[in-house]
Amino acid sequence: MITLAQKLISEACGSSRVTTGEIVVCKVDLAMIHDSGGPRRVKPILERLGRDVWQKDRVAVVTDHYVPVESNETEAIQKLTRQWVHEQDIKHFYDQQGICHVVVPERGHIKPGMFCVGGDSHSPTGGAFGAYMFGIGATEMAGVLVTGEIWIKVPQTILISWQRQLPAYVTAKDMMLATCREIGMGGGRYQAIQFAGEAVHDLSMQERMTLSNMAAELGAQAGLIAPDEVTAEFIRATGAVLPANWKEYAIETAGEGDEALYYDASLLAPQIAAPHSPENADNAEAFRNTAFNLAYIGACTGAKYVDLAAAASVLKGRKIASGITLKVAPASLKDQNRAEAEGIMQILEDAGAEFLANSCGICAGYGADRLAENDVCLSSTARNFKGRMGAASSQVYLASPYTVAASAVAGTMIDPREVAEG
Amino acid sequence: MGRIWQFGDSIDTDVLAPGQYMKSPLAELAAHCLEAVRPEFAAEAKQGDIVLAGNNFGVGSSREQAAEILKFLGISCVVAHSFAGIFYRNAINLGLPVFILPPKDSLPAGLVDGASVSFDFDMASISLTAHNKHIQLEPLPSFLKDLIIDGGLVPHLEKRFAS
Repeated sequence: MITLAQKLISEACGSSRVTTGEIVVCKVDLAMIHDSGGPRRVKPILERLGRDVWQKDRVAVVTDHYVPVESNETEAIQKLTRQWVHEQDIKHFYDQQGICHVVVPERGHIKPGMFCVGGDSHSPTGGAFGAYMFGIGATEMAGVLVTGEIWIKVPQTILISWQRQLPAYVTAKDMMLATCREIGMGGGRYQAIQFAGEAVHDLSMQERMTLSNMAAELGAQAGLIAPDEVTAEFIRATGAVLPANWKEYAIETAGEGDEALYYDASLLAPQIAAPHSPENADNAEAFRNTAFNLAYIGACTGAKYVDLAAAASVLKGRKIASGITLKVAPASLKDQNRAEAEGIMQILEDAGAEFLANSCGICAGYGADRLAENDVCLSSTARNFKGRMGAASSQVYLASPYTVAASAVAGTMIDPREVAEG
Repeated sequence: MGRIWQFGDSIDTDVLAPGQYMKSPLAELAAHCLEAVRPEFAAEAKQGDIVLAGNNFGVGSSREQAAEILKFLGISCVVAHSFAGIFYRNAINLGLPVFILPPKDSLPAGLVDGASVSFDFDMASISLTAHNKHIQLEPLPSFLKDLIIDGGLVPHLEKRFAS
């Protein structure tokens, strides 16, 4: 029985059958790059090689890391990015529209059956659409841009199946933090994870993207989800054409010798991960009365439309506690506009939220908005390594937008059900 | 010849190449390499030194500067029990040798921080100078070995395009 990973790779390398561990060379359908690892790094390499981009309509460029522009250095990076896009006549350029992992799917670029690479470690996000997508560095991206090809070692599949249904106020972020605790940040062994089971197919597309995105936190190369009607509807709604054969990719199986893990979604509680690793996760209840001063709803895994809506459902008619600052950086302009139209942004503002740009923001720690010395942040982002979001003395706890919002109201970390249902 | 710089598990890319300095020139970024866990590393690392680490070295971001600055600081190779996938690919693409260590219980006692070592890329081995001990590392697949011999992906492609 062929796995989804094997089917996607065998089609991309033009071989009828691939074997686990074999190194094959695949043709790339889409290469996504951003302002940090993109043009400023690949331009000199392309010049040295004397080559241009292999196919202009197979490249998507997004500015999201050095946004907003706040120094001469970052202004120069954005200028270089725009010039390169113009020189190379790149067809898909999204300038300050939000984070690449959210913007590229929302514009209909990722579909079942595709083989894609991204110049960012959270590129497994594309796997939520039944595409094989993984992150690479800038030199390797330059290689893809000039050849349209990349080598890959055919991975095993690690099937992570979530049976039954999630309780209310328990989300994809909680599923991933719990999985980080269970198998560790190296547990994905740079193989292909496939998320499966009833609780996964019950999720909205954006929640599924959070699962696939955080396959990176498990050390997997890819985080695949078999496409279904939810996937199809999301792609149709972007205005893109759904491939006629998309149901061929609705494969949800582990292969011979592969690993399969089964979890009961109905038993999962909201999670919080302590500094400085996502694998330091436990039930939110275990962190009761842990003090913090900054609540952050941001990033590709934590500030999409569904995340803003989740936070607003808790914050409606409530105010954040004194001593807490709540910062919200909606993951894309499109999601922010939708939240605005539905009154969600107003609810967040009324509760006391401050808004940041549609960019990687504090999560990447690249800009002026960073954590200060001794800040303790409860964050809806994916990664809480020491010093990542600011000062080395700062501490970051990870949780779902429900948990971040509820804790901001309570003034201390709390299981969101105590606030929402209290 | 050089010394061993020993690190534990899960040395991440934010510690290797801090985000705050990612907009800066490589030399400045390199000056902050590993400062959160080993403040003297960047200033004291010398040509031929080796980084020895535990599991999941290079976990986190796809930023290849994490590997590039180790090479810039003179590190001749990184040996670890396991690597994060993207870091491993980046290191090879930039021509920085990376090797998997044999299991912990088979390693000699002298393989510790500060010990003098020499590294043989072709043989995939390191030698502890004072103990006259050789440690055989897991050989690289020939496909990847050739990339490193060429000096990384860019010179490799130059060669390919020229022929």
